[in-house]
Amino acid sequence: MEKLISLEIDGKEVKAREGMTVLEAAKEAGIEIPTLCYHEKLEPYGACRICSVEVERGGRTQVVASCGYPVEEGMKIKTRSERIDQIRKTIIELIAPSLSDGGVVGKVRELADEYGADTSVFMSTFKATPTRCILCGQCVRYCSEVVAANAIGFVGRGVERRVVFLPERASRFCPTCRECYEVCPTGKIAAETDGSIFPEFSIDDFLSGKM
Amino acid sequence: MITEEQTSQAVAEILSSHKKEKKNLIPLLQEVQIRLGYLPRKAMQEIASFLEVPGVEVWGVATFYDQFRFVPLGKYHTRVCMGTACHLAGGKLILEALERELDIKVGETAEDGNFSLERVACIGCCMLAPVIVIKDKIYPKMTPFKVEETLIPYKQEPQGKLKE
Repeated sequence: MEKLISLEIDGKEVKAREGMTVLEAAKEAGIEIPTLCYHEKLEPYGACRICSVEVERGGRTQVVASCGYPVEEGMKIKTRSERIDQIRKTIIELIAPSLSDGGVVGKVRELADEYGADTSVFMSTFKATPTRCILCGQCVRYCSEVVAANAIGFVGRGVERRVVFLPERASRFCPTCRECYEVCPTGKIAAETDGSIFPEFSIDDFLSGKM
Repeated sequence: MITEEQTSQAVAEILSSHKKEKKNLIPLLQEVQIRLGYLPRKAMQEIASFLEVPGVEVWGVATFYDQFRFVPLGKYHTRVCMGTACHLAGGKLILEALERELDIKVGETAEDGNFSLERVACIGCCMLAPVIVIKDKIYPKMTPFKVEETLIPYKQEPQGKLKE
């Protein structure tokens, strides 16, 4: 029998099963926490930090990523507060420049409006090319964890980090799958590939100019 | 140029001395690069299937580190020092002159496979700044004009019979 844990989210008494994450418990209780890199079929990744919440224990508060944080007995969680709103606003502002070429649209736009983020504030200091990819890794993880095709992956490091298709796997799996089109929160993949040609998405493009 | 068979043979030898453990990925990549000078695609595929790790993961690891190369170096690998002393003495001008003379960008290998160009942090002879190193031979106190002059014998001897 699974143990039930009681905790408090936004002043509401919530029951959760052991091993659940704070995000899942909140969802079950009908409390919405925004996410960008979270997908219910995938392991928590904790890359975007947009799901950050405040956890209060023994009089001290701590900011954690709710998508990967397990529930504990007697936890007190705040999903909205001045501190959390400020964190989410800054995250959106930092993500926005990489979307600048296609415009800040979709989920990121909605969040920007909700948290009052100024999407142009870091635009002038952004040195990398806007790729429209926020490196949430949903496509990469979906391809490996759910589809098990491993046709898509990350290469490079830092500002060069990006998502590529591995041609020898992609030619076999992608034309009939295309499930990553749906998971991409910025719509980059669907807009830039047709499942057979991957402009700027292949390893060769990445390697040109690299020794 | 290394053929696919040579690659497979070299990789097979290297693989035979390692256990099928994921933690061996980086050591394997390093050994292949020491042996072949770079990481051919075929080698990466073979390492991936040996370790039973997805190919994209091998690419992810290999491209993460600067030490791994994916194209062979030129016959005359040219390194330009960009350490503090060389930088102050005009290392950037030397690099630009080399790029112009060899018609390649830094980090590239010329199409004929004779030259490749790399910028490095310090060669360890700051007294001679700015320096370049062409295939282990150090050329001190370079100027853009001397770059041209220095390259002449290498350009004239694409067969590799150059007396050093």
